[in-house]
Amino acid sequence: MRPEFENCRNTSSKEKLSWRGAPPFIRYYLVLLVALLPVSLGLQSCGKQQPSAPPNSEVGLVFDVGGRGDKSFNDAAYLGLQMAKDSLGIKYQYIEPGGGSDRESALRQLANKKSIGLIFGVGFIFTDDITNVAKDFPDKKFACIDYTYDSTKAVPSNLIPIEFREEEGSFLVGAIAGLMTKTGKVGFIGGMESPLIRKFQVGYQAGVKYVNPKAKVLVAYAGVTGEAFKNPAKGKELALSQYSQGADIIYHASGVTGLGVFEAAREMNKYAIGVDMDQWNEAPGHVLTSMVKKGNMAVYDIIKEWKQGKFKGGKPEIFGLRDDGVDFVYDKNNMPLIPKPVYDRVEQLKNEIIAGKIKVPAS
Amino acid sequence: MISQILSLAFLAQTIRITVPYALASIGGVYSERGGVTNIALEGIILTGAFCTVVGTYYTGSPLVGILCGVSGGLLTALIHAVVSINIKADQIISGIAINLFAVGITKFVLEILFHSSSNSSRIVGLPHIPMGFIEHQPDVAHLLGNPMVLATIAIIIASQFIIFRTRFGLRLRAVGENPEAADTVGIKVNLYRYYGVMISGVLAGLSGAWLAFDQHSFTDGMSAGRGYIALAAMIVGKWNPLGAAAACLLFGFAESLQIQLQGGGLPTQFIQMIPYIATIIVLAGFIGKAVAPAADGVPYEKEK
Repeated sequence: MRPEFENCRNTSSKEKLSWRGAPPFIRYYLVLLVALLPVSLGLQSCGKQQPSAPPNSEVGLVFDVGGRGDKSFNDAAYLGLQMAKDSLGIKYQYIEPGGGSDRESALRQLANKKSIGLIFGVGFIFTDDITNVAKDFPDKKFACIDYTYDSTKAVPSNLIPIEFREEEGSFLVGAIAGLMTKTGKVGFIGGMESPLIRKFQVGYQAGVKYVNPKAKVLVAYAGVTGEAFKNPAKGKELALSQYSQGADIIYHASGVTGLGVFEAAREMNKYAIGVDMDQWNEAPGHVLTSMVKKGNMAVYDIIKEWKQGKFKGGKPEIFGLRDDGVDFVYDKNNMPLIPKPVYDRVEQLKNEIIAGKIKVPAS
Repeated sequence: MISQILSLAFLAQTIRITVPYALASIGGVYSERGGVTNIALEGIILTGAFCTVVGTYYTGSPLVGILCGVSGGLLTALIHAVVSINIKADQIISGIAINLFAVGITKFVLEILFHSSSNSSRIVGLPHIPMGFIEHQPDVAHLLGNPMVLATIAIIIASQFIIFRTRFGLRLRAVGENPEAADTVGIKVNLYRYYGVMISGVLAGLSGAWLAFDQHSFTDGMSAGRGYIALAAMIVGKWNPLGAAAACLLFGFAESLQIQLQGGGLPTQFIQMIPYIATIIVLAGFIGKAVAPAADGVPYEKEK
């Protein structure tokens, strides 16, 4: 009965009538449409397209869950792009995927552009997706930072898996923590529990124990999914909990989640150790050092090789202490925090690792 | 391990985790007592956190930040109110749409203002009232002296009183239980429903402000499902402010336990399930039948 009544009453305002009288699903559709608009805008606004560029002249890059501005791993990759732009004159496009499912489509979106010849995936989470996409686009080149390399599975010849010896850098910051702890307890906070992050943990633990066998290492992970890399609230609570259990130095390998670790260090007036990039600025005075992983150098090197026509795919390219792919930070900022004897000892350990005298476990 | 759980630090952690749940959950009580299902809480928290960060960043004043956060939450809630009360669309769909919208719009503006789609610059935090006797444990001192903790406790108690002991509360409950009857005695049904949704927007916005100050920044998607947990707590608490707050405390305790137990020898994956197992057990067994307000989620059509 009601619709007829409404029609009778509202004949004067046609527009209102059509909106009110529309079947419910159309209303829902409209609401959803409006809601999804900014999501699609957000994705579109990132890709800076230059339709007139010559084919295969540009570089594409898809970021990891943390996204650009994580002051860590993704920013390092972005820095590599900018270095390539400044010194090699390369143009680039990038995509920051929102949810987990957009990764493969983002790779395909870039691979489908004529102007793009080389595509990076940033993060181990890309391993399977980028392998598939590389097979589907044999005339494009691909590189994946932190690719989970499995020697039993073939890697397409147009794909370079990039690996770092995170355990070596983590060993050194572990040694610093082991030498400097006053409580005999130090902490480790990982993002997503995974083989990659375990490399950081195992190397760190080995470093702590190597210089201070009695020290205790508290270990916590923020979660078991990719979301665990972008949950600073959880990172802060995990860190506060470790500090209150007596840890005085915490090393994190957890992307944006680590920003919470630095907040906790500020609040408790304790030390934290950064990861991937020099994270001093996140909590000046509280960042003892950072384990830097030179994703920027890897991105830059591979763009350079590609531009010179020397791109060699199919087998992993590994960046360790020897290749200057990982290191720890010791500069004018944190020099006052680290006593000279500690620094000398750690430099000595670094040389021993490079010389092969110390074997750092990775798992 | 027992000593860890009985420690002051553990208690502080539980309260810190509970506060944002409780604020949003009580917001949900107001909205649903008035008859509007509000799963948009998640999006409102996110918008609230975002507006708080933007307000604080540009003025340097946390107070202005809170006002911005509350206004942001209120505006988002108003969208939900218009769509569910005036347009009479399905309230679940409106809620989901707002949650998706909030994720997109915050990320979009974040990119414009801070040139990052992942996190904002650092903001100053809330000043805390000095607690001399406990300053040796800064995390506990910061919590006890945090004005928002005190405000949250006040809001919980006041809400219980407002909903069950005042004329406003009676009318709000009336339009949620039996809008026809309420209408007959001259209560403006839609107006009271607007009040309910707007209060939920303010409270969920505050919840977002708490998250923003706790992190000193905005991170993409930082509400991280808290709106849904708050909604679950509201149901466990039987649409009752004190009950909802108690349920939030339980969830906060479970989450805190999950953090403390890490590294104690149990597999991480197992420990990570604790909060969810607690939720299921509580929902399934201990609370008995939870009955929603009779007209919850049903748009009111005035008799012709």
